[in-house]
Parts: sequence; structure tokens; C-alpha cells
Amino acid sequence: MLRIEALCKRYGRDALALDDVRLNLAAGEVIALIGPSGAGKSTLIRCINRLVEPTSGKIWLGDTELTSLNSRALRKARRRIGMIFQEFALVERLSVMENLLSGRLGYVGFWRAALRKFPQSDIDRAFDLLDRVGLPDYADRRADALSGGQRQRVGIARALMQTPDMLLVDEPTASLDPRTSRQIMRLISEICAEQGLPAIINIHDVPLAQRYCRRIVGLRQGRIVYDGPAEGLSAEVLTDIYGAEDWEASSRADEGAEA
Amino acid sequence: MNTGAVPGRARRQWRRPPLIADRRLRWALYLSLVLYLVVGIGSLEVNWQRVVDGLDRGAAFAGALLRPDFSSRGPEILEGLLESLSMTLTATVIGLLLAVPVAIGAARNLAPLPVYVLCRGIIAVSRSFQEIIIAILFVAMLGFGPLAGVATLAFASIGFIAKLLAEDIEAMDPKPIDAIRASGAPPGLLLNWAVQPQVLPRLAGITLYRLDINFREAAIIGIVGAGGIGATLNTAFDRYEYGTAAAILLLIIILVMSAEYASGILRERLR
Repeated sequence: MLRIEALCKRYGRDALALDDVRLNLAAGEVIALIGPSGAGKSTLIRCINRLVEPTSGKIWLGDTELTSLNSRALRKARRRIGMIFQEFALVERLSVMENLLSGRLGYVGFWRAALRKFPQSDIDRAFDLLDRVGLPDYADRRADALSGGQRQRVGIARALMQTPDMLLVDEPTASLDPRTSRQIMRLISEICAEQGLPAIINIHDVPLAQRYCRRIVGLRQGRIVYDGPAEGLSAEVLTDIYGAEDWEASSRADEGAEA
Repeated sequence: MNTGAVPGRARRQWRRPPLIADRRLRWALYLSLVLYLVVGIGSLEVNWQRVVDGLDRGAAFAGALLRPDFSSRGPEILEGLLESLSMTLTATVIGLLLAVPVAIGAARNLAPLPVYVLCRGIIAVSRSFQEIIIAILFVAMLGFGPLAGVATLAFASIGFIAKLLAEDIEAMDPKPIDAIRASGAPPGLLLNWAVQPQVLPRLAGITLYRLDINFREAAIIGIVGAGGIGATLNTAFDRYEYGTAAAILLLIIILVMSAEYASGILRERLR
């Protein structure tokens, strides 16, 4: 479904943010991308829909080679890739319904979108998705009137409005409390399973990643250092990903806090 | 526990560091400032006789302010005011329509560098001249009358609105932009769906503020022949009709104040 080959990204003259990343994603496969801050997780998924331009390498989505597309073809390809963001990235002053419909902007014409005259099928889909994410009566609320968990549900529904072939999920729980984090991760993994959607989920929280994803990819300084099943994340592997000193110190601090 | 001095240790003094660290330079600067002030005041040539004469006229004017005369030039005042108001409104709308594309071009986070430089240039030109100077130019180009006034105010509004709007665009939250871009939206819809909702309240505020300013300026540029109440006011002064002048000034004050009050309410509602 998704194939990444020898992907590199360099910001200016800094060290490589992504260094020869190779990754294959089968249809319906959901992977968690873990790694310390600055490891390049966000850069990697933004390279896929080219919110960040890769320096070199190739990315295929199905039969489409994404890195060589011109801007018009890229916009078409982006419609197939739904994205869910860390701090929700809703347009705050628009209503929940408008935020959902913004997922259709790649499909409808300028005046239809500007005048908010969307096809009935889009409206139906939006209401169905609001029901599915558990916000049935929120269509006309303004996005800035919602709580964090509710906003992320809108963010998920917006991504699904695109009728995507895959999902890119960037730290979906980073600004949520632990309970809401679990609910959101559960919702995302359920939806992926229902629709057979493949997804790459960037996530800081290792236990959460293990709980909801069977395959884990560990990134460290732009390189993939682990790619395997969730059960394979031993202490040594985590040390590999997060670095020995930091990892040991933080785990001991956690134990201390729990005791 | 953490109050009071630690025993056995000397109390440490603290004073705010002076702006200029070098003591000699500091005092030299203070001294030269005082000297400059003394010389400056000394160089003023005040003609006290003229001041005394002027006091009478001032008193006459102050007296007239208490007895404004709305009636003897009523029709002219009304006509001037209406002309000023329509100049203000027309110029603000034209200025707004022209300022929005310039502002988008002048926002570094949306526009490529050449467009950015061009649009910043337009803003700089529009903002570098005072309205009176622009008005003199347009009166020379377009002749006396409100057309020159509208052109002046619209031209000045472009720079004002575009600069403030561009700054708001540059300060907006980039995350919704990414999100809308990631959905495959074309550039026009990106502006309409991600930029416009973020900057619209501020744009409305800026425009209403500019409407205020344009009304005030419309009263002034009439003096150089660009139409409006300014021309009426100037004529009144020329004819020593202080009652009429006072009436005009009072009306301007009332209109500016009510415009400010109304725009305040509108801005409050547009959040």
C-alpha cells in the first residue's frame, strides 16, 4: 500500500533529519512510530503528504509515486491521505460541520466550497461520521467551544471525510489527558480496523503504542532502529531507540513516582 | 525562614543598573541635554505683541464655540458633511478591496519572496506620504472636488489596512493551514477556509478603525481642495464666521465620537 525507499531529509545544513528510511505498509496495517523528540517522526509522516519536501528518496502510495508529483497532482494525491494532528489543527472559528466539510475541499469546486453549498452526499457522510466519533449533536458548535478530546474526534472525522486510502496520525494524544488519550487511540484503531485503513501513528507513549498497534517502528536520529512486533520491545530495544542514559533515568523516575 | 539576613554574612546592596554604564558619558549626556534645551528655548523668537493681538481673536473664537451657528450656513454644512461621509465610505470600501490582495502578498508565510517584496513596497509607498500631500497630488491630477478626496483616502487606506492585516496573517496559527493543505485543497480555498476565518475579526476591526481615520482626514483634505466638509470649514474661517466654524467642528467631533463608539461595539461582537 505504502512503500518508502531511501528517504532522506535535510533541513538547511543541519544533520540529516531522516537518513535512508525504508518502510513498507501493507493494506490495513497500522503501525506506531516511536522515538525521542527530534528523532524525525513528524518529519517522516509530513514527507509522505509533502507538507515537508523530502530531500531525496521515493514514496509510493499504491501505484502513485508521490515525490515526483507536480502541485496539481499532489493535491489529488493528498485527498487520499487523511491526516490527524497533534494539537487538532481545527479552524477554531469555524463550526464543527465546516471543519468536517473542509476534508472535502480537494473534491468540490471553489464556489461550492466558498458558499458552503456542499453535495448532499458530503453532508450525509459528515453526519454519519459525527455519529461514529460520538459527537452527534455538535454540528453547529464552534470548534473553539469544544474540549480537547472532542476536538480530536472532530479532527479524526475530518480526516475520514476525505475518504482516504490511508491515515497519517501525528501525536494524536500529546495534548490530552491519559484517559482521553486511550479513548482516542481506541477510536482510531477501531476505525482503521472497520475500514481496513492502513495508518502510521506517531506516538510518544510507548505503552499506548504497544496496546493499540501490533507493529512498532522505532526511529532514532532519523534512522529506523527497530521494526517489529509490539511484544519485541525489550528494555534493550527501548535503550536502542531512546538512548541508554535518558531511558534508564526516566524509567527509574517513573517507578519512583508510582511507588 | 527565608526572610531576613543570613547571620554572619554582610548585607548585599542592590540597585537597578543605570541605562548607560559609564558614569562620565552618562553625566555628559545629561549635561548636553540640558544645554540643548536652554539653547533651543533661547532661539525661539516670540513676538509678544502678536500673541496679545491673537488673544483677542482666540477669545472671539472661544466665545463663538459656545454659540455655534448651525443655521445661517445650514445647507452648505449639511452638503459638506454628506459629501465627507460619502467620500469616507467609498474610499474605505475601495481601499479595503485593494488592500486585501496586497496584504496577502505582503505576508511572508503565504507569498513567495518577489511578491512579498513588491507588496511591501506598495505598502511603504502608500504609508510614507501624509494625506495632505497625497491630496495635493490628486487635486492636481483629478481637479478640485470629492473625486480627488476619494482617491487620496483610498490610496492611504491601502497601506494602512494592508500593513496591519499582513501582520495579522503572519501571526496566525499555522496548524490549520497545514491541515487544510493536507486535505488537498487548492490555494484559493486554503485562503477562504484557513486564513480568512483566522483574520476576519481583526480585518473588520482594522477597517472600522480606518473608517474613523478616513472621516477625520476627509474633514482636513477639503482644505486643499479635495472636497467635503473641510472646504466649508476653510471658507468659514476665511470669512471670519466663527459661529459657523464652531458648528462644523462640533459636528465633526460628534460624528467621530459616534463612529468610534459604533466601531467599538461592532468589534466586540465580531470575536
